[in-house]
Amino acid sequence: MSSNDADARPYGRRAFLGLLAAGLTSFAWAGPASRIFAPVTSQFSQLLGDLLPVGGWRIYTISGSMPLFDPATWRLEITGLVRKPRTLTYADLLALPRASQISTFHCVTGWTVKDVHWAGVRFGDLLALAEPLPAARAIRFVSMEEPYTDSLTLRQATLPDAMLAYELDGKPLTRAHGSPARVVIPEMYGYKGVKWLTRMELVASQPTGYWEGLGYDQNAWVGRSNGYG
Amino acid sequence: MATARRRIRRFTRTERAVHWVHAAAFLVLLATGLALYLPSLSEFLGRRPLLKSIHVYTAVAWIVALVFVVAVGDRASLRATLREIDLFDRDDREWLKRRHPPQGRLNAGQKVNAILTAVFALLFAVSGVLLWYGERNTRFRFAQTILIHDWLTYVSFFLFVGHLYLSVIHPRTRHSLTGITRGWVYEDWAREHHAKWAALARSEGADGP
Repeated sequence: MSSNDADARPYGRRAFLGLLAAGLTSFAWAGPASRIFAPVTSQFSQLLGDLLPVGGWRIYTISGSMPLFDPATWRLEITGLVRKPRTLTYADLLALPRASQISTFHCVTGWTVKDVHWAGVRFGDLLALAEPLPAARAIRFVSMEEPYTDSLTLRQATLPDAMLAYELDGKPLTRAHGSPARVVIPEMYGYKGVKWLTRMELVASQPTGYWEGLGYDQNAWVGRSNGYG
Repeated sequence: MATARRRIRRFTRTERAVHWVHAAAFLVLLATGLALYLPSLSEFLGRRPLLKSIHVYTAVAWIVALVFVVAVGDRASLRATLREIDLFDRDDREWLKRRHPPQGRLNAGQKVNAILTAVFALLFAVSGVLLWYGERNTRFRFAQTILIHDWLTYVSFFLFVGHLYLSVIHPRTRHSLTGITRGWVYEDWAREHHAKWAALARSEGADGP
């Protein structure tokens, strides 16, 4: 090509292989590295809001459009193995004893949101309204987004930090976050947290939920299920 | 201006096909990927299952199209291009130190861009396949996969913006776009930007060095 030919070095291939190796080994080092850089990246993320959600929420849906919450027509049914089946309006839900908490949200795909402020109702207070029969062992949660369902055992649903949330970070849940109410159970991966909830059905044994039907674990403990830990 | 500005051939049909397969796939994957990733866009667009299918099958089509181009195209020209990208002579190394010695058909920055693009393509493909299969089988599920796929997106987005700026907007370099769309560039432009190559290349119709 020119008088410099003799001086040409095969740097291209080396750079390619080196970068490729760095990228592939990042499966080992990306986790620790992201924890070290988390202070930087989370500030970056706050700066740009949800425009660049580094370490922020992602919105997963399974159907063509998100359910739309209408306070006039939305109802929460509590049915199944209960003495007193109940149908609550949005106002009824807000009138129940209010609980709040700050917890971490873990998605099974690997992202996490820290310090999420939730407010809502403990399942114990909801169940007390309907009075579950002794045969009831679990709650099947039905979303307005069909065919999304999932379930928790009564013991899981009454963990101290499990709740039916209607507020996120001080504001009513947005449509993307499952308005008007979603299940929150911080010890488990997010797919257990049914959004756009419309029915709680008390059942004798846990049915297979939407993601369980696709191979995910029924007991989605963070760090101890779905191939982790 | 003189009536006939001389043109010289810069990229073969096969090289251009590889470029545009990449470009088209990248744009569709970026657009659908952002719609899946940004909460505001996800909420506005909805239709997640459809967007996810477009994203995944575009990636499959991208790989199939690349294999097809290599299978039926001018492999000798691709091999020559690979050799060209591999070799960094003294002028290339000087160029990377922000000096401006005469450059070959691809300047050192273009070689670096090609290398990064190839690395990113492979890493995107590996992490993408793991995300896709990991949804079905826990053996393919790693906590870092989505993080890696995200970071590849951030970095390649800025590379893409830079590439677009130089090829479409920057007045002194944007003529290079003709090279990748129609295959040729004006010889006077080539002499200014790729002097070593222009000195060797013959007028339009002939291949590069």
